Amino acid sequence: MRLTDHEKAMLAGEFGPGIRWAIDHQIKIGNFFDAIDMVPVSQAHMMADAESFGDAGVLFMEAMAEDRTEVAIPMITDPRGVDLSHYHPLGQTEEMASLERRFISACQTIGIMMTNTCINYQTIMPPVLGDHVAYGDTGVVIYANSVCGARSNFEGGPSALAAGLTGRTPRYGLHLDEYRQATRRYRISSQPQELTEWGVLGAVIGQKSGSYWEVPVIEGIDSSPTSDEIKHFGAAMASYGSTPLFHIVSITPEAPTIESVNGSCLPLEIITKDDIEAFRASFPGFGDQLDVVVLAAPQLSLVEMRQVATHCAGRQVKKPLIVCTSPQVYGDATRMGFVEMIEDAGGTVLQGTCFYNQYAREIGEVNGWVNLLSNSAKIVNILGGYGYRPSLASMENCIEAAITGKMA
Amino acid sequence: MTQIFLCHAGIGPIVSGEALVAADNFSARYDLDRINGVFSRPQHLLFGQSYKNKILVLNTAKGGVATAWMLNEMVARDVAPKGLVLNRANTVLAQGAAMANMTLVDRFADGDITKLIKTGQIITVVPEAGRVELASG
Repeated sequence: MRLTDHEKAMLAGEFGPGIRWAIDHQIKIGNFFDAIDMVPVSQAHMMADAESFGDAGVLFMEAMAEDRTEVAIPMITDPRGVDLSHYHPLGQTEEMASLERRFISACQTIGIMMTNTCINYQTIMPPVLGDHVAYGDTGVVIYANSVCGARSNFEGGPSALAAGLTGRTPRYGLHLDEYRQATRRYRISSQPQELTEWGVLGAVIGQKSGSYWEVPVIEGIDSSPTSDEIKHFGAAMASYGSTPLFHIVSITPEAPTIESVNGSCLPLEIITKDDIEAFRASFPGFGDQLDVVVLAAPQLSLVEMRQVATHCAGRQVKKPLIVCTSPQVYGDATRMGFVEMIEDAGGTVLQGTCFYNQYAREIGEVNGWVNLLSNSAKIVNILGGYGYRPSLASMENCIEAAITGKMA
Repeated sequence: MTQIFLCHAGIGPIVSGEALVAADNFSARYDLDRINGVFSRPQHLLFGQSYKNKILVLNTAKGGVATAWMLNEMVARDVAPKGLVLNRANTVLAQGAAMANMTLVDRFADGDITKLIKTGQIITVVPEAGRVELASG
């Protein structure tokens, strides 16, 4: 890779061992993907939950902090694995909480802002068209690339950290124009109507695309979706396909026309009702054997919190209802009474976490949760490997199931 | 007689070991019980099989970014595969391999690597040279 004098100085250790690790890590990645140089980035967003980084990750971050390493650009975080204000009731242990506390302390020492959110594009500082960033969390990356027109690869936690420390990332993949052109062309045959339907459509397209290196372009969507709808659409597509970027013709910023993303020459694939129904049919019904209802992944926006609160108003749940939102939304949702309405109905609102990354296997075993219902196509994909039997329904039907104790 | 499969230059040290092969994708979060070292996702073709000290030969990545931390955590507890041999890695697997100093190669000249290597065969992966060696017989 071609390095600037400043980058060579980083590699020589002139800015300390933490920065040297970061640039060395980035050079390895850059060489693997044939990057010719680095590109400056304006923000970094790091996915890091305790279940993922473990003891080894905490020790790594504590060494960074002891070396007085500091971030070079604004750097924020994805949800935590433990809501430190509410972990005993979930069956999480002091050991889990301790790992989180140590990690948070190390992050704060090196200047990372603990935003603990996977909806930073709705709450913190959305990137702009052409903005090079280093984001973790697949839902964040696909939204930033597709909806905002920013440029980021999936940056795993260590690589997002490296970008935060050096202020740059290797110039490969979605930082380059050629990797942002469409490679698969889809047309939909019916319009999604609510969040879960958007998630299902994203999941089906993700499944069909099936690779990080495929870029779907979608035709046939009649009107602009809301931010929450396209959030669920992208998060599900990224989960099922490892897909970091999509275009919707005449809606997303890089695709005013099919030609603008080189899509007109691609074979057209129709997403049929059968595709959608086959996907939905892959999930079981539980009847009254429902164990837990989860609304998360991505964290809920203020608008979604209001919707949940409205469905819960004046009612009582028979099965656990867990709602995950960001600390930023939690403050507003508390002030506006939405949190109280959900909690009065017997629901639990967690802030700064997301259910699947908070030791999902362990809390499932402790609480006896197997049959899990959610409106998130993303979370029902992830949790199958954690010992759950997940199923999918709309937000309204999920809450109704929690209240009646059974899945319709 | 040794069969050589050429690929793109990779990451990590030279390793030799037993291949565990499937025409399926990979995510440490989605697919693994990392405490017990087995594939735990019922839909995965390697469901129930131990991956400890195996060289995984798979198609590509799936899902999200957690694998980048998880490979390092798995290596630290010594419940990890020896290496990853893929048709095509995504960014997260490369980043995770670099963090964990785990062997990773991809982009083979001879086609689908999951069809060229069989479970149980002993292979040697030479990342710097972009080469996988399969001893026949």
